[in-house]
Amino acid sequence: MTVVKPPDQRNISIISDERSGSMTRQMVVWCPDWPVVATAAELGLSTQLPLAVFERGEVFACSAMARVEGVRRGMRRRDASARCPELTVLERNEGSEIRTFESVLSAIEEISAGVSPVRPGLCALRVPSRFYGGEREAAAVVAEHLVGAGVWDFRIGIADGIFAAEHAARRAAPQDCWIIPSGGSATFLSVLSIGVLENADPASCERQHCASSSQELVTLLRRLGIRSLGDFAALATRDVLTRFGREGALLHRRARGLDERPVVSRRPPLDMDQRVSFAPALETVEPIVFSTRLTAEKLVAELAHHGLVCTEIRIEVVTEGGWTGSRVWAHSRWFAASDLIDRIYWQLQGDPAPEPVCELRLIPESVESLADHGEGLWGSALNDHVERGIARLQGMLGPEEVLAPSLQGGRSPRDRQLLSPWGERRASQRNPTLPWPGSIPPPAPARVFSTPIPSVVLNEDRRSVSVTARGLITAAPAFIGIGEGAELILVDAWAGPWPIDELWWDRDQARQVARFQITGVDGSAWLFVVENDQWWTEARYD
Amino acid sequence: MQGLGVWRTLESLPGLSGVNQLRTGEAYAVDSPSLATALVAGPSQAGEWIAFVGVSDLGLEAAAQFGIDLERTVVVPHPGDLWLSVTAGLLDVATVVVVKPPVPVTAQQAERLKSRLRLKDAALLCLGEWPRSDATLTITASSWHGLGRGHGRLRARRVVVSIREGGPARQVSLWLPGVDQQIAECDHEVVPLGVAQAG
Repeated sequence: MTVVKPPDQRNISIISDERSGSMTRQMVVWCPDWPVVATAAELGLSTQLPLAVFERGEVFACSAMARVEGVRRGMRRRDASARCPELTVLERNEGSEIRTFESVLSAIEEISAGVSPVRPGLCALRVPSRFYGGEREAAAVVAEHLVGAGVWDFRIGIADGIFAAEHAARRAAPQDCWIIPSGGSATFLSVLSIGVLENADPASCERQHCASSSQELVTLLRRLGIRSLGDFAALATRDVLTRFGREGALLHRRARGLDERPVVSRRPPLDMDQRVSFAPALETVEPIVFSTRLTAEKLVAELAHHGLVCTEIRIEVVTEGGWTGSRVWAHSRWFAASDLIDRIYWQLQGDPAPEPVCELRLIPESVESLADHGEGLWGSALNDHVERGIARLQGMLGPEEVLAPSLQGGRSPRDRQLLSPWGERRASQRNPTLPWPGSIPPPAPARVFSTPIPSVVLNEDRRSVSVTARGLITAAPAFIGIGEGAELILVDAWAGPWPIDELWWDRDQARQVARFQITGVDGSAWLFVVENDQWWTEARYD
Repeated sequence: MQGLGVWRTLESLPGLSGVNQLRTGEAYAVDSPSLATALVAGPSQAGEWIAFVGVSDLGLEAAAQFGIDLERTVVVPHPGDLWLSVTAGLLDVATVVVVKPPVPVTAQQAERLKSRLRLKDAALLCLGEWPRSDATLTITASSWHGLGRGHGRLRARRVVVSIREGGPARQVSLWLPGVDQQIAECDHEVVPLGVAQAG
């Protein structure tokens, strides 16, 4: 799909604004294969192994070792494993990429203000050359600092624009820098293949859309006989704009060594964490909660001062002996100081510290703008009374006892439902919309026992029925008994076995079970599961 | 404010309109979890909050299939001895509370909760006995369709619900649920062909 937009005023300003002479020098720090580095760091794997990060079943990034074996970006999982059988397959986790890159950003921020993250693994900054006495010296300082911070594999490029600097960095040796002299960007870029524009992600439009349209443009240019960036740059600006539209003009601008984007430095995140230290350490809950009251109020007030509210908070309890209790609490609206006090109280009650507590930390995990959460003109949110009522109950019973129900994916009825404490972040959910082969089709049972009840299923001769390894039943069920020593019920109808060979690849969690639906002559209907000749009642269709 | 005597009729699923219309300020006794969830599905779909107290073996998927909106549902599975205060507290939050008391309810407890129901404009469903309930719904007959001897699967269930509201009991025959997973009244003896064959 090609979207042809009429050239608006902004386009014209892009084209007419030829200020190549006045461009500021940019330094780009590039960490190769960042998705692999980040994911491996999260899982504690060495990047010396052949690793590949997959997204939607295709290789998104791979380690150097895997590349040597022939794994390439965009390859399917099967092909990649065929090239490199010992490949470790990782799922892409964009959140962790961004999180881990944060450490690189803050390391650079310590020596130079105004770092602008381009994407995880790539950031740009203005070259602090005057302070360090030259570009090469500045790059050396940055490199030294990064190595000190534990980042090993990175390259630095310095040029007039981010695009040129990024490609200069690609040419540099590890931990080294490649400098393109001022005004030399166009010459440097002109020899590069036109294909490098494909992976460019202009910030001016959505990445997804732009990636596909730039890909289309590159294919078209190739077919027109334009192979290098120099050929593309030689075309007249006006012609490119009229023929290829705004996106084409932006890419043309890049090919000529002019960046469409100035470095917008990010503002370092606000440090909102609050901590209370107790000396001497406190043992009972009440004084801890009482002493935290002021800090909680301060936290909420400080957030409000910046126009923010906290919707998720991590409370960490540290004891003298180094024991740390940590837990994330979420609020359906936002935390007021009294809500925070409640959560601290609950956490200390529910997860008591084994030793006297010497420190308590309040770390806002997610803060949102107050504007999104402000009270409406006609009063506050509708569910305010619900939150208050539930908070009261949680105070009475403990937070674990008031639960929010939800559905998740799974095979047994018990796996398919999830009860999580009200207001707490839900544990990782399996997607309920996936097919889940082996799950029982509707209607679902109205009663699902939290622990399956040991049961008996007998044949006509009152001997236990069992399922063979091949998934066949030894005799037709004639009687069922739910629970130890329960009265036997005559079987009316039954169906099964429906065998499930679950998680067979995982030795610890593998289960070989078979399910049955059985109705009794009294009209009751049950869901049975048999595992190793032991029968259990999982649910009742009541 | 107490005892205003104002009540409102809550929404009910289309198939259940002949069985019973829940009204706020009233307490009902129901013996089947399926019937109870189906009865509260109507108010839940209409935007009311629902709470379950003491129902430790609630099938959430069945509840969702009957039409309960789980986003507006609160579950307290193990209230223990505090079940009465928890139920009273949840009446602030939810319009319909389904409670399964761990011990038999005394007439005095029932009366206290009843006055609170009127005050809070809420209804109560008890899974089990409830002294002087406004209506008692019991399933007197239940048969499953779709399951054979070694083949098929559970598809539909026919029940006869007996409703006692002060006067003599009346009986309603229901699909709970039918082959299409919908709840409907069945007033004729014709079994859908697919079910007849599978059975």
